[in-house]
Amino acid sequence: MAEKRTYEVVFIIDPGASDDEVMRLSEAVQKIITGQGGTITKTEVMGKRQLAYEINHKKDGTYVLLEVEGSGAEIAELERRMRVNDQILRYMTIRVDEDRRRADKLKDRRARKAARRNVAKNKSSGASAGSKARSESESDEA
Amino acid sequence: MSSNYEERENSYGFEREYERAMPGRGGSRRMQRRKICRFCMEKVDLIDFKDVRLLQSYIPERGKILPRRISGACAAHQRMLAEAIKRARNIALLPYAAD
Repeated sequence: MAEKRTYEVVFIIDPGASDDEVMRLSEAVQKIITGQGGTITKTEVMGKRQLAYEINHKKDGTYVLLEVEGSGAEIAELERRMRVNDQILRYMTIRVDEDRRRADKLKDRRARKAARRNVAKNKSSGASAGSKARSESESDEA
Repeated sequence: MSSNYEERENSYGFEREYERAMPGRGGSRRMQRRKICRFCMEKVDLIDFKDVRLLQSYIPERGKILPRRISGACAAHQRMLAEAIKRARNIALLPYAAD
Protein backbone atom coordinates (compact mmCIF):
# COMPACT_ATOMS: atom_id res chain seq x y z
CA MET A 1 0.00 0.00 0.00
CA ALA A 2 1.30 3.43 0.87
CA GLU A 3 4.39 4.04 2.95
CA LYS A 4 5.02 1.90 5.95
CA ARG A 5 3.84 3.04 9.31
CA THR A 6 5.71 2.25 12.47
CA TYR A 7 3.84 1.02 15.49
CA GLU A 8 4.86 0.11 18.99
CA VAL A 9 2.95 -2.76 20.51
CA VAL A 10 3.17 -3.45 24.20
CA PHE A 11 1.34 -6.32 25.76
CA ILE A 12 1.21 -7.90 29.18
CA ILE A 13 1.29 -11.64 29.62
CA ASP A 14 -0.19 -13.53 32.53
CA PRO A 15 2.37 -13.91 35.34
CA GLY A 16 1.62 -17.60 35.64
CA ALA A 17 3.18 -18.32 32.27
CA SER A 18 6.66 -19.81 32.34
CA ASP A 19 9.59 -18.35 30.44
CA ASP A 20 9.34 -20.54 27.38
CA GLU A 21 5.62 -20.00 27.25
CA VAL A 22 6.37 -16.31 27.11
CA MET A 23 8.82 -16.94 24.27
CA ARG A 24 6.33 -19.07 22.42
CA LEU A 25 3.61 -16.52 22.80
CA SER A 26 5.73 -13.64 21.60
CA GLU A 27 6.92 -15.69 18.66
CA ALA A 28 3.36 -16.58 17.77
CA VAL A 29 2.48 -12.91 17.85
CA GLN A 30 5.42 -12.10 15.63
CA LYS A 31 4.37 -14.78 13.22
CA ILE A 32 0.93 -13.24 12.97
CA ILE A 33 2.49 -10.00 11.91
CA THR A 34 4.98 -11.41 9.44
CA GLY A 35 2.30 -13.70 8.04
CA GLN A 36 0.27 -10.64 7.19
CA GLY A 37 3.17 -8.94 5.50
CA GLY A 38 4.51 -6.69 8.21
CA THR A 39 8.04 -6.54 9.49
CA ILE A 40 9.24 -6.61 13.06
CA THR A 41 11.92 -4.09 13.77
CA LYS A 42 12.52 -4.70 17.43
CA THR A 43 11.54 -7.18 20.10
CA GLU A 44 12.10 -6.73 23.75
CA VAL A 45 10.88 -8.75 26.64
CA MET A 46 10.75 -6.14 29.34
CA GLY A 47 10.48 -8.79 31.98
CA LYS A 48 8.20 -9.34 34.89
CA ARG A 49 7.10 -6.16 36.55
CA GLN A 50 4.66 -5.29 39.21
CA LEU A 51 1.54 -3.73 37.81
CA ALA A 52 0.49 -0.36 39.08
CA TYR A 53 -3.01 -1.71 39.63
CA GLU A 54 -4.63 -5.12 39.48
CA ILE A 55 -5.76 -6.43 36.15
CA ASN A 56 -8.05 -9.43 36.34
CA HIS A 57 -6.98 -9.84 39.97
CA LYS A 58 -3.34 -10.22 38.97
CA LYS A 59 -0.68 -8.09 40.56
CA ASP A 60 2.22 -8.55 38.16
CA GLY A 61 2.87 -9.58 34.61
CA THR A 62 5.46 -9.97 31.91
CA TYR A 63 5.76 -7.07 29.53
CA VAL A 64 6.72 -7.55 25.91
CA LEU A 65 7.45 -4.76 23.50
CA LEU A 66 7.42 -5.07 19.74
CA GLU A 67 8.11 -2.56 17.09
CA VAL A 68 6.20 -3.29 13.92
CA GLU A 69 6.31 -1.81 10.47
CA GLY A 70 3.27 -2.26 8.38
CA SER A 71 -0.10 -0.88 7.52
CA GLY A 72 -3.16 -0.69 9.68
CA ALA A 73 -4.56 -4.00 8.49
CA GLU A 74 -1.88 -6.05 10.21
CA ILE A 75 -2.41 -4.20 13.44
CA ALA A 76 -6.15 -4.74 13.27
CA GLU A 77 -5.64 -8.46 12.79
CA LEU A 78 -3.06 -8.57 15.57
CA GLU A 79 -5.32 -6.84 18.01
CA ARG A 80 -8.15 -9.15 17.17
CA ARG A 81 -5.99 -12.16 17.94
CA MET A 82 -4.67 -10.64 21.12
CA ARG A 83 -8.12 -9.88 22.34
CA VAL A 84 -9.08 -13.53 21.92
CA ASN A 85 -6.02 -14.89 23.66
CA ASP A 86 -6.58 -15.44 27.36
CA GLN A 87 -2.96 -15.21 28.36
CA ILE A 88 -2.59 -11.66 27.13
CA LEU A 89 -4.00 -9.42 29.83
CA ARG A 90 -3.70 -6.10 28.10
CA TYR A 91 -2.23 -4.68 24.94
CA MET A 92 -1.59 -1.24 23.58
CA THR A 93 -0.65 -0.18 20.08
CA ILE A 94 0.78 3.22 19.38
CA ARG A 95 1.66 4.75 16.09
CA VAL A 96 5.11 6.29 16.40
CA ASP A 97 6.34 7.15 12.94
CA GLU A 98 4.84 10.62 12.89
CA ASP A 99 6.17 11.49 16.34
CA ARG A 100 9.60 10.24 15.43
CA ARG A 101 9.61 12.13 12.18
CA ARG A 102 8.68 15.32 13.98
CA ALA A 103 11.36 14.73 16.61
CA ASP A 104 13.98 14.15 13.95
CA LYS A 105 12.92 17.28 12.14
CA LEU A 106 13.25 19.32 15.32
CA LYS A 107 16.64 17.86 15.98
CA ASP A 108 17.82 18.61 12.46
CA ARG A 109 16.52 22.12 12.67
CA ARG A 110 18.31 22.65 15.94
CA ALA A 111 21.57 21.25 14.61
CA ARG A 112 21.37 23.42 11.55
CA LYS A 113 20.68 26.48 13.63
CA ALA A 114 23.59 25.71 15.92
CA ALA A 115 25.91 25.21 12.98
CA ARG A 116 24.79 28.47 11.42
CA ARG A 117 25.25 30.31 14.69
CA ASN A 118 28.73 28.90 15.12
CA VAL A 119 29.75 29.89 11.62
CA ALA A 120 28.57 33.43 12.29
CA LYS A 121 30.35 33.49 15.60
CA ASN A 122 33.56 32.36 13.99
CA LYS A 123 33.32 34.95 11.29
CA SER A 124 32.79 37.76 13.78
CA SER A 125 35.45 36.66 16.24
CA GLY A 126 38.09 35.94 13.62
CA ALA A 127 38.10 32.28 12.79
CA SER A 128 40.62 29.96 14.31
CA ALA A 129 41.05 26.26 13.86
CA GLY A 130 40.20 25.56 17.50
CA SER A 131 36.75 27.10 17.49
CA LYS A 132 35.87 25.49 14.18
CA ALA A 133 36.70 22.09 15.58
CA ARG A 134 34.60 22.80 18.62
CA SER A 135 31.55 23.73 16.54
CA GLU A 136 31.89 20.54 14.52
CA SER A 137 31.97 18.42 17.62
CA GLU A 138 28.92 20.24 18.96
CA SER A 139 26.86 19.51 15.89
CA ASP A 140 27.97 15.89 16.06
CA GLU A 141 26.73 15.62 19.59
CA ALA A 142 23.29 16.97 18.73
CA MET B 1 -17.34 48.57 44.62
CA SER B 2 -14.75 51.23 44.09
CA SER B 3 -15.34 52.47 47.60
CA ASN B 4 -14.37 49.07 48.97
CA TYR B 5 -11.13 49.17 47.14
CA GLU B 6 -10.30 52.56 48.50
CA GLU B 7 -11.02 51.46 52.02
CA ARG B 8 -8.83 48.41 51.88
CA GLU B 9 -6.07 49.90 49.88
CA ASN B 10 -4.19 51.18 52.88
CA SER B 11 -4.24 47.95 54.82
CA TYR B 12 -3.00 45.65 52.05
CA GLY B 13 -0.76 47.99 50.22
CA PHE B 14 1.26 46.22 47.61
CA GLU B 15 -0.86 43.12 47.50
CA ARG B 16 -4.07 44.94 46.81
CA GLU B 17 -2.59 46.75 43.87
CA TYR B 18 -1.34 43.50 42.53
CA GLU B 19 -4.75 41.92 42.74
CA ARG B 20 -6.26 44.66 40.73
CA ALA B 21 -4.04 43.74 37.83
CA MET B 22 -4.68 40.00 38.15
CA PRO B 23 -8.07 39.23 39.65
CA GLY B 24 -8.05 36.36 42.10
CA ARG B 25 -8.79 35.78 45.73
CA GLY B 26 -6.32 35.26 48.49
CA GLY B 27 -3.09 36.78 47.26
CA SER B 28 -1.10 34.41 49.39
CA ARG B 29 0.96 33.21 46.47
CA ARG B 30 2.59 35.94 44.44
CA MET B 31 3.65 35.53 40.85
CA GLN B 32 5.38 32.22 40.26
CA ARG B 33 9.10 32.24 39.73
CA ARG B 34 9.95 31.99 36.09
CA LYS B 35 10.96 28.33 35.98
CA ILE B 36 12.76 27.18 32.92
CA CYS B 37 11.34 24.14 31.19
CA ARG B 38 13.60 21.26 32.07
CA PHE B 39 12.86 19.50 28.82
CA CYS B 40 13.69 22.54 26.76
CA MET B 41 17.03 22.80 28.52
CA GLU B 42 17.85 19.18 27.83
CA LYS B 43 16.44 19.50 24.33
CA VAL B 44 14.16 16.51 24.63
CA ASP B 45 12.05 15.85 21.57
CA LEU B 46 10.17 12.74 22.57
CA ILE B 47 8.91 11.77 25.97
CA ASP B 48 8.61 8.02 26.04
CA PHE B 49 5.77 6.51 28.01
CA LYS B 50 8.00 3.58 28.93
CA ASP B 51 10.40 5.81 30.83
CA VAL B 52 8.71 5.23 34.17
CA ARG B 53 11.42 6.76 36.29
CA LEU B 54 11.22 10.07 34.48
CA LEU B 55 7.45 10.12 34.57
CA GLN B 56 7.26 9.21 38.21
CA SER B 57 8.78 12.51 39.24
CA TYR B 58 5.72 14.20 37.76
CA ILE B 59 3.04 12.29 39.61
CA PRO B 60 3.11 12.80 43.39
CA GLU B 61 1.73 10.26 45.83
CA ARG B 62 -1.92 10.54 44.85
CA GLY B 63 -1.01 9.72 41.27
CA LYS B 64 -2.30 12.97 39.78
CA ILE B 65 -0.41 14.72 37.01
CA LEU B 66 1.41 17.81 38.22
CA PRO B 67 0.09 21.04 36.77
CA ARG B 68 2.30 23.12 34.57
CA ARG B 69 2.87 25.89 37.07
CA ILE B 70 4.43 23.39 39.45
CA SER B 71 6.23 21.14 37.03
CA GLY B 72 7.71 24.14 35.25
CA ALA B 73 7.38 22.61 31.82
CA CYS B 74 6.55 24.65 28.78
CA ALA B 75 3.20 24.12 27.08
CA ALA B 76 4.36 21.75 24.36
CA HIS B 77 6.33 19.59 26.75
CA GLN B 78 3.55 19.54 29.29
CA ARG B 79 1.24 18.16 26.65
CA MET B 80 3.78 15.49 25.69
CA LEU B 81 4.27 14.66 29.32
CA ALA B 82 0.56 14.35 30.00
CA GLU B 83 0.07 12.13 27.00
CA ALA B 84 2.95 9.89 28.02
CA ILE B 85 1.62 9.61 31.57
CA LYS B 86 -1.83 8.69 30.31
CA ARG B 87 -0.41 6.02 28.07
CA ALA B 88 1.67 4.62 30.89
CA ARG B 89 -1.41 4.51 33.08
CA ASN B 90 -3.25 2.62 30.40
CA ILE B 91 -0.62 -0.09 30.29
CA ALA B 92 -0.36 -0.27 34.09
CA LEU B 93 3.11 1.23 34.37
CA LEU B 94 1.73 4.07 36.43
CA PRO B 95 -1.30 4.06 38.70
CA TYR B 96 -4.47 5.93 38.00
CA ALA B 97 -5.01 6.78 41.63
CA ALA B 98 -2.68 5.72 44.37
CA ASP B 99 -3.72 5.82 47.98
